[in-house]
Amino acid sequence: MKSKLFNAASAGALLAATAVSTAQAEDLTLCWAAWDPANALIELSKDFEAASGHNMSFEFVPWPNFADRMLNELNSGGQLCDLMIGDSQWIGGGAENGHYVKLNDFFDANNITMDDFIPATVTGYAEWPKGTPNYYALPAFGDVVGWTYRKDWFERPELQAEFSEKYGRDLGVPASLEELKDIAEFFQGRDIDGTTVYGAAIYTERGSEGITMGVTNALYNYGFQYENPDKPYDLEGFVNSEGAVAGLEYYKALYDIGTPPGSSNWYMGENIDAYRSGQVAMQMNFAFIWPGVEADENVGSGKSGYFPNPAGPTGQFAQLGGQGISVVAYSQKQDAALEYIQWFAQPEVQAKWWELGGYSALKAVVEDPDFATSQPYAQTFLDSMAIVKDFWAEPAYADLLLAMQERVHNYVIAGDGTAKEALDALVRDWTEVFEDEGKL
Amino acid sequence: MSFSVTEPSVRTKWFAGLLVIGYALITLIPLVWIIATGFKSPSDSISYPPVVLFEPTLEGYVNLFTDRTRATDQMLEEAGPATTWYEQIARDRGTVISGPSRYGERFLNSVIIGFGSTALCMILGTMAAYAFSRFKVPLKDDLLFFILSTRMMPPIAVAIPIFLMFRNLGLNDTHLGMILLYTAVNLSLSVWLLKGFIDEIPIEYEEAALIDGYTRFQAFYKVVLPQAATGIASTAIFCLIFAWNEYAFAVLLTSGNAQTAPPFIPTIIGVAGKDWPAVAAGATIFLVPVMVFTILLRKHLLRGITFGAVRK
Amino acid sequence: MTSSALTDAANKTPEGIARRIRGLSDRTIAWIFVAPTIFLLLAVNIFPLIWTIRLSFTDFRVNRPNNEVEWVGLRNYQRILSDPDVWSTMQATAHFLIWTIVLQVLIGFTLAYLINKKFKGNDLWTTIIVFPMMLSPAVVGNFWTFLYQPQIGLFNYVVAFFTGADPASFSMIGDVNLAPWAIVIADTWMWTPFVMLICLAGLRSIPDSIYEAAECDRASKWRQFWTITIPMALPFLMLAVLFRGIENFKMFDLVVQLTGGGPGNTTTLTSIDLKREAFERWRTGYSSAYAVILFVTVFGLASIYVKALNKVKER
Repeated sequence: MKSKLFNAASAGALLAATAVSTAQAEDLTLCWAAWDPANALIELSKDFEAASGHNMSFEFVPWPNFADRMLNELNSGGQLCDLMIGDSQWIGGGAENGHYVKLNDFFDANNITMDDFIPATVTGYAEWPKGTPNYYALPAFGDVVGWTYRKDWFERPELQAEFSEKYGRDLGVPASLEELKDIAEFFQGRDIDGTTVYGAAIYTERGSEGITMGVTNALYNYGFQYENPDKPYDLEGFVNSEGAVAGLEYYKALYDIGTPPGSSNWYMGENIDAYRSGQVAMQMNFAFIWPGVEADENVGSGKSGYFPNPAGPTGQFAQLGGQGISVVAYSQKQDAALEYIQWFAQPEVQAKWWELGGYSALKAVVEDPDFATSQPYAQTFLDSMAIVKDFWAEPAYADLLLAMQERVHNYVIAGDGTAKEALDALVRDWTEVFEDEGKL
Repeated sequence: MSFSVTEPSVRTKWFAGLLVIGYALITLIPLVWIIATGFKSPSDSISYPPVVLFEPTLEGYVNLFTDRTRATDQMLEEAGPATTWYEQIARDRGTVISGPSRYGERFLNSVIIGFGSTALCMILGTMAAYAFSRFKVPLKDDLLFFILSTRMMPPIAVAIPIFLMFRNLGLNDTHLGMILLYTAVNLSLSVWLLKGFIDEIPIEYEEAALIDGYTRFQAFYKVVLPQAATGIASTAIFCLIFAWNEYAFAVLLTSGNAQTAPPFIPTIIGVAGKDWPAVAAGATIFLVPVMVFTILLRKHLLRGITFGAVRK
Repeated sequence: MTSSALTDAANKTPEGIARRIRGLSDRTIAWIFVAPTIFLLLAVNIFPLIWTIRLSFTDFRVNRPNNEVEWVGLRNYQRILSDPDVWSTMQATAHFLIWTIVLQVLIGFTLAYLINKKFKGNDLWTTIIVFPMMLSPAVVGNFWTFLYQPQIGLFNYVVAFFTGADPASFSMIGDVNLAPWAIVIADTWMWTPFVMLICLAGLRSIPDSIYEAAECDRASKWRQFWTITIPMALPFLMLAVLFRGIENFKMFDLVVQLTGGGPGNTTTLTSIDLKREAFERWRTGYSSAYAVILFVTVFGLASIYVKALNKVKER
């Protein structure tokens, strides 16, 4: 295995070498999650194959197994992947364990600057430690949790009348999470065109990261904080603050009164199915699904609207998703892999990426005057990207996530104990993880 | 048919037949639903409430075997009109086919690993069973019980060291590694089954062959093997069914290179969300080979399933 | 397992034959034939098992290759056996085990009994009933989540059709009380045919002459059932219970696809819990100890059970 030092230094050197010699054609493998945007990337990458002479193959693992499978690959020093579009939370482990090649020298040598990318994506996908200019990835796919709603239902006069009579305001995009819950309750069990519909599909999945990616959207906005801003890894009173407890209780209330029966283990796919089949008035989901919603025969072409995660009592945040693209340190073809990143960072390529349904994080693309109107969801995407917050990106993120999944799921779905107990337990679990890590 | 006191009355037969057929029909519902879902359109597959009658389409099968990209108008223009029926199906959804999917590869992996491990298992198993049946092997009963006990280990329990061992040997995510692994798991079954079959072959045949001047090896493959052919075939089916459907090891030890179909099928995704018709189509195609074998070898099912304890 | 009569035949290999062999001695051939099997089992089963036992006394973690591995003695075992969560997964496993076996034996035996009435076409219907067990358990689990969806799945509508309840009024995998039954139903659907086949083998092994003798003694059908059919088929029933017991104790694929262990931990069977510890938390030492405990449990139970089975057979 090569040393970290070598990797960091080699990044620039290798690229310099490729610049002079005609690079030989390589078979590059790019690893990512198996989902809609991945199909778009295959299409996009055809241009790279034509331009560079390299051959791209892809290894897409479905979301529920993505982290297990790929972290396994990285931990074992596997050479399956040359390029990895790894989840945002892996960046700490990727950097500290030497899985990812540090890209600073490469960026400098090729005039790629992180100032050209949306700041939240740079912090979220590329930096480790956070807030320092040490880059291990190039922001590849911007993503954030937002909401989709049935505009056609919201606009029905009879429903509007009934709603304003009941709640004293118009039926429309909710201004706060409380209002969102009212709307969910309003639609729950309602008969629309002969079928019973429900309020909202929210994330509840137990096995991977589902419910955490959902509940944080409530927790953040009610006052939850990961740690003491002045004292790292100080959790007591921040993770289980009064606001955090209220946020968790809110999520359970929403689950209990406004979601379809049986939605106890739902994540992206199940929420999409429920929404497309007309079961729910709203769905929580990552922005990547929006192009698919627009194109859908049942709910597309104007029937759906989009809004960012509404504010809570203490603020307005949304859970960050998305990924950066990294070069795997164990790859034998790092120079060709860097060539791919260099190609991918170009503004023209990024513009086409957006066009194909990939959420570009390049400012030049999203700040283009035509961007906001280019798609019905483009403005919502921009608004959402401005309020993102991410889960821990520590090397031990998997342990932190598992603890949160279990504590939150058991309280919200199975109804075990109280919100305060769940969060207190979470503080204990997390403290233990950080002690094991030697951070406490 | 001659009268017998143990022959059930006609009325009993009717009654029994109706109950069994009733159960069979109910138990078939989920299976029929899976097969039918393969022929639904994506929106029919998740229709709320579910639909029983629908317009069949091959979209699920097209989606199973292809990767598709949502096409921009410009791309559609460049691609020109669809030239094949499956391209047309993709176009109707506003997508273009960008290439073949991984399903073919995964299926092929299942074939290589499933049949490879079954073949190896039969070779090793027949040899060991023959030795246990015909020779004095020291500690025979202990060895036989040891072989059986390996079947009791939860796959997850040994997966960690196997994972570490395979990693050191470079066998992780390789066909060879999976073939060896499945062979080892299946050996217990095949040794026990085959020993039963070989025990039944009268030893006189071999004695005669040996007197005629055959060596032990010749007697083994010229006399014993042909006699044991049916037994070997039915044992092979059971080994194949296991290797074909195995999930826990496959999901933990394979990914890009040697992944088999079972971990792959539940994860097929479409343009938005899970592509249930394609998943169903994948499951249906994957079922066909074992179904065919089951029908062909149904007479030997009983024996295989009881670890050879039942002889006829 | 198989009667020792089978092995007796082998032991009686005439010594005379051995002497007449040209080339290798029997002993050598025996070793050549057995060695590859033993070697492979040692390499893929026993060696990993020993490794697991060794790891179970350490705090090794696969994902921290750089950390120094420490011997922690029995600490892992203590932690597991005193962990209430582990006991709750054991309870979930016991519930799953007991009910799947009870249902599968009841339904499987009844079916076998009916099929053994030899009505016309019983071969065909037997083959049809066997189809579910030919599917991959992971695919079955995956599809049953779909069938169990209250809004778009079939199960609730079928139940609603027969009971008149509202299909959306219950949720098989969403409700903490129903989820343990949801996995029992799916497993029963898939594996009842297996039990049925074994029972059928047992029923067919009963010679007609015994019933004929009973008829001569004017024993009622009911009496025949309890005094002949059940005792004669009992070893086979017990065999079925053993196989299903071992398989379901190891159960992973079907349930992990069906419920993922939820809601809460209500369907977190031991194998699922073990997988989380080993391949998600990467607590290799801890999960190795867990694996050893599971293996000892299933091995111990199976050994006791096999002894009982042999006693029943000898009767």
